[in-house]
Parts: sequence; C-alpha cells; structure tokens
Amino acid sequence: MTTTKKNNLPTILVIAGLLIFVIILENIRSVFPFLPQIFDPMSPLFTVLKKAAVYSLVAVSMNLLNGFTGLFSLGQAGFMLLGAYTYAILTVPAELKDQVYYLFGGCAFQFSFVDFFKGIFGATGVPGAISMVLGCLIALILAGCVAGFFAFLIGFPVLRLKSDYLAIATLGFAEILRAIFQWQRLGPITNGANMIKGFPTFSSFNITDGSGRVVLQLSTFVPFLITTVCVVIIVLLINSSYGRAFKSIRDDEIASEAMGIKLFSHKMLSFVISSFFAGVGGGLFAMYVANAQAKAFTSTMTYEILLIVVIGGIGSVSGSIIATFLYVACSEWWLRFLDSEQYIGGFKVPLLRNGFRMVVFSVVIMIIVLFFSKGIMGSREIDLNSLFVKKDKKKGQK
Amino acid sequence: MSEDVLKINDLKVRYGGIEAVRGISFFVKKGEIVTLIGANGAGKSSTLRAISGLIKPAGGKVELEGEDITAKDSTTIVSKGLMMVPEGRRIFPNLSVLENLKIGAYLRNDDLEEDLNMVYGYFPRLKERSWQAGGTLSGGEQQMLAVGRALMGRPKLLMMDEPSLGLAPIVVQDIFEIIKRIHENGTTVLLIEQNANMALHVADRAYVIENGKISLEGTGKELLADEKVQAAYLGARG
Repeated sequence: MTTTKKNNLPTILVIAGLLIFVIILENIRSVFPFLPQIFDPMSPLFTVLKKAAVYSLVAVSMNLLNGFTGLFSLGQAGFMLLGAYTYAILTVPAELKDQVYYLFGGCAFQFSFVDFFKGIFGATGVPGAISMVLGCLIALILAGCVAGFFAFLIGFPVLRLKSDYLAIATLGFAEILRAIFQWQRLGPITNGANMIKGFPTFSSFNITDGSGRVVLQLSTFVPFLITTVCVVIIVLLINSSYGRAFKSIRDDEIASEAMGIKLFSHKMLSFVISSFFAGVGGGLFAMYVANAQAKAFTSTMTYEILLIVVIGGIGSVSGSIIATFLYVACSEWWLRFLDSEQYIGGFKVPLLRNGFRMVVFSVVIMIIVLFFSKGIMGSREIDLNSLFVKKDKKKGQK
Repeated sequence: MSEDVLKINDLKVRYGGIEAVRGISFFVKKGEIVTLIGANGAGKSSTLRAISGLIKPAGGKVELEGEDITAKDSTTIVSKGLMMVPEGRRIFPNLSVLENLKIGAYLRNDDLEEDLNMVYGYFPRLKERSWQAGGTLSGGEQQMLAVGRALMGRPKLLMMDEPSLGLAPIVVQDIFEIIKRIHENGTTVLLIEQNANMALHVADRAYVIENGKISLEGTGKELLADEKVQAAYLGARG
C-alpha cells in the first residue's frame, strides 16, 4: 500500500501537451492568417495567459505557506519586489545602463549576466540566444535566492509570531521594502522611484530572422514553462515527507512537536521556499510588464494574490492555478466591456462607464466567496494521472 | 527485566508563579505498564509534558535508559524513543490516516512497511480507512489513530495522556484491551489516567498524584484495595 509506485506518465504527458498547445496557440495565426483577431499574439488572450502564468506561480507559492503550512503571511509583494529588482538589475545590458540610470549618472552596478554570457558564447545568432536564455535563467534563480535570503533573515523575528501578528509583520516588511527601494539615495542601484527597463522580457524570447521578423512566437510559452517547472517542484515538495510535516504543523502545532517535528526550522523552510518562488514570480512579473518599479508591488497586489488563493481553495495547488486564470481573465479581459459605454442598437446600456467593471468584479467575488466558501477546489486536487485511469481501477488502488 | 527505562527525580514544573508539579520522583522498568492517576489539575499532564520536552521543567532530572534528557527539545527526546499520545488525541484532522501514521515515524528514515502492518494489525479499522481524513473518524478511531501514530515511532517507552478522555465506556474498554496487547508485545507503557479503575486494572505499578506530589504508590492491585484510593478515585463510599 505504502510503497505503491505511482505511474506519473499521464501527468507528464498532460503537462507536456499543455506546453506544446501554448506554443501552437500563439503561433497559429502566423500559419493561418484568416483566423480571428483573438489569436493575434498581441490580443488580450495572450496578455491574460502571460499574466496568469506569472500570477499562478506566486499564488501557488503563497498557498504553500498559507495553505499548506498554515502561516498567514502577507509579504508576497515584498518578495516579488526583491525578485523583480534582482532580475532587472542583473540583466539590463551594460550599454543601456547609463540611459536607464541617467538621473543618477549611471548605474553603480555595471555587471549584466546577459552580457557576461554573450562575452563567452558570442552576441549574435544561436550563441546570442543561448547567452540570453542562460543569463535570464541565472538572474531569475538569483532573484529567488535574494528573496529567499531576506525571508531567512526576517524569519527569525517574525516566525515566532502567530496568525494575524505574522500577517501584520510580513505586510509591514513588504511596505518597508517598497519604501526603501524608492529611496533616492539608493538611486545608483535601484534607480530611485523611476523604473528600471531595457532588460530582456518575454518577447525577447521570440525567435526572429535576420530582418527582425518573428519566426516563432515563444513569449507566452516562456512564462508557462518557468511556472510549470516551479509548480512541479512545489508539488513534489508538498508530496514529500517535508510537505507532510508542513501540513501537520498547519493542523496541530503541539501534536507535530510531540511527534518530533522541529516547528521553527520547518516553518522557516516553508517560508524561505515560498519566498524563493515569490521572488522568481517577481522576476517573471518584471518581464511581463517590461519594467521594474517599486510602486507596482503594493499591498493591493498581495491581497489580489490572497484573493486568488482563497477563491481557488486554501490548500489546493490546482485550485490556485484555476483561480488565477479565471481571476486574471475576468479582471483583464472578460469584464473590460463594462468599462466603456455600450449600445445595443440605438439603446445605451445604463450604468456602463469607466470603473463599473470593478463593481461587477467585486460582486462576482462576493458570490464566489458566499457560495463556494471553501473556494473552487477546497483542499482537493485535480489528479492528472486519474484522467486516464478508469474509475474502478482507481478505487482498487485506494 | 529490571532495567529502568525512565527515571524521574524530583521533577518540578512551574507556570508563572504557580507550581503545578512540586517534586515528583518515580521510575518505569522495562516491560512494565506504570500508571499515574489523579484528579483534574493534580499535575499529571504537566509531568508528561515536561518529560516529553513540550515544556521546560523548573527543576529535577529525567533519565531515559540512564541518559539525562532533562529539558532537551522534543525532537531529541522523540528520536531517543520516547513517544507520546497527547491528551485529547490531537490527530491531524486534514491529513489522511496513512499520512497521520507516517508523521509518527517522521524522524525515521528506514522502511515503514513493517510498522504500518503492525499498526494495522492492532487496528484493522485504520487500514480500512487509511485514505480517509483523520478528522472524519469517530472519537474512538481517532484515539486508535493517535496510539498507532505513536507506535510508528518504535517507542522504547509509550506515554499516553488520558486515552479514555471523552470516549464511551465500551470504547474505553477496547482501548484498554489494545493497551494490554501492545504491552504484551513488549512495549513499555506509561499511562496517565483519570479513569483510575481501568488504569489500575491494567497497571503493574501505579502512583497517585495529588497537588503536584506523589501521595501513594504501589502495585495496581494494592492501590485498588486501598481505602483512600477507593474513596477518592473509585467512587466507593468510604
């Protein structure tokens, strides 16, 4: 019973299929130009997909901490900020640094990973592409490491706090970070309150021919791929004995301690890992909006993500992901029409004007929270393996 | 069979200014069932928590197989083979039965198959429900799960805090049957109970705790026959 090796092939196939589907989806209009506007890479569909891919990573990382370890932390935007800035500072090409930091007479930090690898492999063609991918990848990993390191530092004082107090402390930490990063004195590093830009974004990953025409769109695939890898790592962690210990701490701290689980070090582990992935998510967010600016990472962003986690189901990874896509699609796309005046025939639809979208959106969220009080998924998960296994077989296994 | 598994010397526990345990000394020999009985607030649970490292004792000495484990953290104490079944069961309600059991063996890295079979042997009901969430079990089943979870740690000494708490009398009998069986299979047990009647019937030796001190000690049978115990704990008219 206990050592039953699960056959994970179906899950792997589904995930791979999904990723291939994303590539096909974003390139289909260049093969079949007669397809509707929605398949254009610039359409809201792909904006939503990119943003949702980024947000789902952050939502899952928040769920790891809030849903699986029971630590109610609201510092997610702060760790995203750390990640976004780390990524941005480490990848802005040296030749652009003077231009980006012109208010501060150039950047104090001239190093760029992309330049570094271009120096090794070459700057153009395939070697150039490899350099950029490697540079971005390492910068993203470091973005996570910086966020994780700060989590480790503030973990010592704040993880001794419980529930609401922990939330307030982490929220305060995020706000302090936001203020520090806008401090003019740090301008040569953070560019003060101005944005850092010029670093590789998702569209930098599109494959172009010599004349700059896009041959293969990959700008939606890249965030999907990175998020998938990160979420798979988080899921493996949750299903490991560490994940079990996290869940036991959430359920009953005293009983976990009586079973010999070190509360503090496990909480710290969960906090650091969650912040690591929030940092990576922050780096991805910077790529998505093509700039890094501290004022974007407000507590509103944390609440947005918390809302997603709650709607999806606290303690459900698949719930978080589904909720992210629904939430982002609603807020960025499906409800957009409510913000502009609409006419049906000659009749002007009442109420529709700028801002009405948020009213409807809030009502939708209230309905969800009222009627699905445990979120869409509760604490259940979608088992991709069982999609292909017949019901009776599954029963026998359990 | 005369080796002391657990030896407590002059253990004291303080909560703020209140002294809950005021110098308790007792020992548990290998293969015994020893019980501590006493009324609410006598200091039984505090004694147990201090032994298992959940609270720091204010004084005294705790020795496990001759090794001083006083005021060590619970991870160290569990890794040395002292497992506890906490008061009020405290199973993990959102974890499956199987996950609950695996948490009991968290500090072990070896194969759990054998121990799982042993626990399922004691509690066939848990095997049937191994995929069910712990919180959906009945009170008695949760108690079985709490005992099973502690057994998964391969304890040298199993400490149980009020296993009969809040259970129907018939379920309490089942639980005590199982305690006896676990004991017969070689596990040393330290049992803390308010249900003095049941506890004294299964115990080899017993201590009565009153106001944070041991007021009486003897074999289970001796205490059952003791007039004071009968009057105070067994409901006999004195």
